[in-house]
Amino acid sequence: MGGRGAGTIKGKERYKAGVIPYKTMGYWEPGYVPKDTDLIALFRITPQEGVDPEEAAAAVAGESSTATWTVVWTDRLTACEAYRAKAYRVDAVPNSPGQFFAYIAYDLDLFEPGSIANLTASIIGNVFGFKPLKALRLEDMRMPVAYLKTFDGPPTGIVVERERLDKFGRPLLGATTKPKLGLSGKNYGRVVYEALKGGLDFVKDDENINSQPFMHWRDRYLYCMEAVNRASAETGEVKGHYLNITAATMEDMYERAEFAKELGSCIVMIDLVIGYTAIQSISKWARKNDMILHLHRAGHGTYTRQKTHGISFRVISKWMRMAGVDHIHAGTVVGKLEGDPNMVQGFYNVLREPHNPVDLQRGIFFEQDWAGLRKVMPVASGGIHAGQMHQLIHYLGEDVVLQFGGGTIGHPMGVHAGATANRVALEAIIQARNEGKDIWNEGTQILEKAAKSCAPLKAALEVWKDITFNYTPTDTADFVPTPTVSV
Amino acid sequence: MRITQGTFSFLPDFSDSEISAQVEYCLKNNWAVSVEFTDDPHPRNTYWEMWGMPMFDMKDAAGIMHEINQCRKAYPNHYVRVNGFDSTRGWETVRLSFIVNRPKHEPGFQVLREEGPGRRIRYTLHSYATEKPKGERYKD
Repeated sequence: MGGRGAGTIKGKERYKAGVIPYKTMGYWEPGYVPKDTDLIALFRITPQEGVDPEEAAAAVAGESSTATWTVVWTDRLTACEAYRAKAYRVDAVPNSPGQFFAYIAYDLDLFEPGSIANLTASIIGNVFGFKPLKALRLEDMRMPVAYLKTFDGPPTGIVVERERLDKFGRPLLGATTKPKLGLSGKNYGRVVYEALKGGLDFVKDDENINSQPFMHWRDRYLYCMEAVNRASAETGEVKGHYLNITAATMEDMYERAEFAKELGSCIVMIDLVIGYTAIQSISKWARKNDMILHLHRAGHGTYTRQKTHGISFRVISKWMRMAGVDHIHAGTVVGKLEGDPNMVQGFYNVLREPHNPVDLQRGIFFEQDWAGLRKVMPVASGGIHAGQMHQLIHYLGEDVVLQFGGGTIGHPMGVHAGATANRVALEAIIQARNEGKDIWNEGTQILEKAAKSCAPLKAALEVWKDITFNYTPTDTADFVPTPTVSV
Repeated sequence: MRITQGTFSFLPDFSDSEISAQVEYCLKNNWAVSVEFTDDPHPRNTYWEMWGMPMFDMKDAAGIMHEINQCRKAYPNHYVRVNGFDSTRGWETVRLSFIVNRPKHEPGFQVLREEGPGRRIRYTLHSYATEKPKGERYKD
């Protein structure tokens, strides 16, 4: 980078009315060493032709903290040097001409404690439409421990969820009721009952099931809880159905949540589209009422998928762990939705680990100490089936909810059989993994062997044997060649 | 009916060598293995009786298998489960738990419904086995 240390203008000259480059205003400090209490953001910037990358980085720092387009003398009424975000490093993105990684540090006092809304109003508030940039993407953030301690985090977390459900040592199994729209409450509950009795732990409302002409929310809740309790009696296991409480207003959401609680549901569900403040409000309610909180990431693909503009899902994962959800859809690798293996593992690590080391291959740019914040259970959902069980466990590990919607309900022998096929496949692969078998290479044989004493699994392997979703991922690591998913 | 609590209840019952392989897996992970039994299989019955303390210092699968078999011999008509406990910070919980013995006849559960206003129902799961006092269940 040329011009490094070109220098902040100091003193009287700095505050002369007019427009000066952001770089000289104090937003570009190449010598700056971030404090342990600073938030750090990593942006991928694509400056317009002819715009100096350091100036672009300084502009992002300025516009996401104290700056406006022109000099204001009122800066001098504040400790403005501390409040200015500081771009301190700009690197060219490997193999991507015109793109740069800009590291920006923010003082802790720029943020209201415990508020994702306030955090995001700064970090992604204005800068994404800034004219000198062609595109801008928030790739990663380092949250200081001091700031994390102002958030409650997940109301339940992986450990407590497993203890409450009495389910250990294997991924949890779920399914989304299909068709996602149109079923009456009574018919909907039938699918829930069959799937839970067949061996699933959870069934789920889809993101857009709220309260429509064909099924009022109260009707759905009543029939689903009948199904949950009947299935529990049939199996002796704790079962659940994620009742989606997403609604037009917080008042409606609280009403639905209270009804779910009254009926004895152990879990409720929200959609990402309700917004950060609503998520934090419901998280507090869930904490107060011993309720597991499931989050469907509805809408995220609009801003997480493209590599040059938007927000990486790893950042959303961090925000949601802070905001406090217990489950979050975070990709399957092998299913029908976008998900490069390395990127997805990066999201999972952010959600589940107590500490993340720098891991550029998985898109993790910063070391992150989670300061005791509970672990979020990732959910893998979308176009997965029993025949991929070994791949799912290989990529995703065991602390995950595997959701087979079509892969349960579309089973040729029925919903109950579909659920059984998935549960048998899951337990067989976990048994083999624990015995030290090479599930990646021997998975298909392990499943075929298990299918010998399980007709539903045999039928599942047969009907979906050729179903794979091999497309080139869009959101990939910048630091390694992207491996193709071999299925 | 067959109660499907535990990690492997959908698979055919494990042989001793299969149980031993899972015990080895626990030992490899430095988990303490414990054995528990009950005649009250309600899914919310968290506290099964302990067959001694978790075997924090037993690093030998054969020794653990001996304890498992002693428990099964003493309670042939109870549920017996084997747990792997992980004391690592951030976990401090059971990481694997599977049933290794179950009564010959499992009568299951009844759903009790208390009907309230507005179609509300309060559900209770009643275990048929617990109609008899502790120790007298699963005799047949």
